[in-house]
Amino acid sequence: MTAIATPPAAAAPRFEPQLMRRKLAGTIFLGACLAAIGLLLLALILLLVDVLTAGLPWLDVQFLTSFPSRRAQSAGILPAIVGSFEMGIIIAAVTFPVGIAAAVYLQEYAADTFLNRLLRTNISNLAGVPSIIYGIFGLALFVRVLTMGESLLAGALTLALLILPVVMIASMEALRAVPNSQREGALALGATRWQMVRGSVLPAAAPGILTGIILAMARAIGEAAPLIIVGAVGFVTFLPAPIGDRYTVLPIQIFDWASRPQSAFQGIAAAAIVVLLVLMILLNALALVIRVRLSRNIQW
Amino acid sequence: MTAASRPLTRRQPISERVIETFLFLAAALGVVTTVGIIIVLVVQAADFFAQVNPIDFLTGTVWSASIEPFRFGVIPLVVGTLSVSIIALVVAVPLGLLAAIYLAEYATIRTRNLVKPILETIAGIPTIVLGFFGLNFVTPHLLKPIFGSALGTFNTLAGGLVVGLLITPLIASLSEDALRAVPRGLREGSLAMGATKFEMVRRVIFPAALSGVMASIILALSRAIGETMVVVLAVGTSPKLTLNPLESTQTMTAFIAQISAGDTPQGSIQFKSLFAVALVLFGLTLLLNLVSNRIVARYRNIY
Repeated sequence: MTAIATPPAAAAPRFEPQLMRRKLAGTIFLGACLAAIGLLLLALILLLVDVLTAGLPWLDVQFLTSFPSRRAQSAGILPAIVGSFEMGIIIAAVTFPVGIAAAVYLQEYAADTFLNRLLRTNISNLAGVPSIIYGIFGLALFVRVLTMGESLLAGALTLALLILPVVMIASMEALRAVPNSQREGALALGATRWQMVRGSVLPAAAPGILTGIILAMARAIGEAAPLIIVGAVGFVTFLPAPIGDRYTVLPIQIFDWASRPQSAFQGIAAAAIVVLLVLMILLNALALVIRVRLSRNIQW
Repeated sequence: MTAASRPLTRRQPISERVIETFLFLAAALGVVTTVGIIIVLVVQAADFFAQVNPIDFLTGTVWSASIEPFRFGVIPLVVGTLSVSIIALVVAVPLGLLAAIYLAEYATIRTRNLVKPILETIAGIPTIVLGFFGLNFVTPHLLKPIFGSALGTFNTLAGGLVVGLLITPLIASLSEDALRAVPRGLREGSLAMGATKFEMVRRVIFPAALSGVMASIILALSRAIGETMVVVLAVGTSPKLTLNPLESTQTMTAFIAQISAGDTPQGSIQFKSLFAVALVLFGLTLLLNLVSNRIVARYRNIY
């Protein structure tokens, strides 16, 4: 065994762990992370405080049950609330069947062909198209070509197109989470593919799908930009029918009031925002309840 | 064919094929929408470009759609849009990445359950509400005390800050996914070499997740460019070519909303210009989305 010559210790740079300094850098970084999160929380709190202090003094029964007015004191949001509800029902009626059907096709039926890959890529690209572009498409298709005019139905269908990609993506994820044993069990019992989907896969995926749809609905209810294009207006003094009438919804009513300089109108805009936010919280709570309730029966 | 060699499987019943066709049609609706959007934008924009030279449109530096003489140079709108988006990114990239790194590397389950809802709530706020916040709080109560009279009631800075708040959750959640996708072995190897946790994050985990992080930032940029209600309310509607963030400008989306909300006759040149602007907006966001998807698809293959 030959001795290995070790270099003289003095020649090599001495390794100094400097642990104190390095750990300090880590602590500072963690502090920065927490500061960033604190800043986000602060922004959220400021937003809520701003809206509540400006809006709560204006929020009363008269405000909820009156029609818009040229005087802020007697203005109300009844047509906007009714419009938002009508719109929510139509959007749900369209996106529910179409969104689930598309997701079932892409997740349960589609082979890995060029066409099906194209359909999938296309959906994720559609989810990134700015909402105002959907408004322009809705204006051309529903308002003009299909001659619905500037009606609530045209607005609802435009928003339905806007959230369909979101619904499809959420439903596909819910279907993907269903284990294959669920499918194989159904097929082994002699089910056709559709019987398998309807009886075995869809019930198992229902909590995820419903949650996705409700959250997408919340997004549609709060959306204003496309509706400006397809002709929603901020001053409606009757309860709108889905076809033939002009209409308004909560975000459009807020936009109309918020763009007026007088502070009284800023106040009722904030009050309408409080109503809209309460609606959002209710929808999110509904999504949570459905998720908990339905998934209680599912075990795999 | 003899009975013995007949396969056991029956032919699909008609009802099965009918159902599959219906399901396919639903899935194909997405393509119909995409094609429809492109046709509408291109056909209507062609109508506009019959009257206005496309070169003048793309290189012109004066936009005056409502005051004579009409000038349709899209540069001021593009600069307005990019100013808002860049301010938004300056806010959202550090905030979003710090939140993502905290959630992926530092948070316990309990702190995670506190932080996640903050981000989800911000992501769920309707943009019209954020616009109101910008106009009603950020400009008068946050920026006015700092900048004084140089600050307009409508200004690019407030819009950019609020849009930044809006896209932070997007960057945070997508970057968190990218950080979580980095394999455990890299973490353990780096710690075994004697790195501190921060050094592991900075030198190993973050570089490994960089492509996913970039994809999330590009997607957030695309979202900022397409945002409408915040900029209509907070940034205003004056299409000036300026880089001063304290002045009011106009973004592409805000112009589209302004023309639609007003009583501009639908056959007029102003109304037609809306489609040309929308085509630029659509092209820009589509390009960014495709780049982001491409980056994600590539980095998925690494591990």
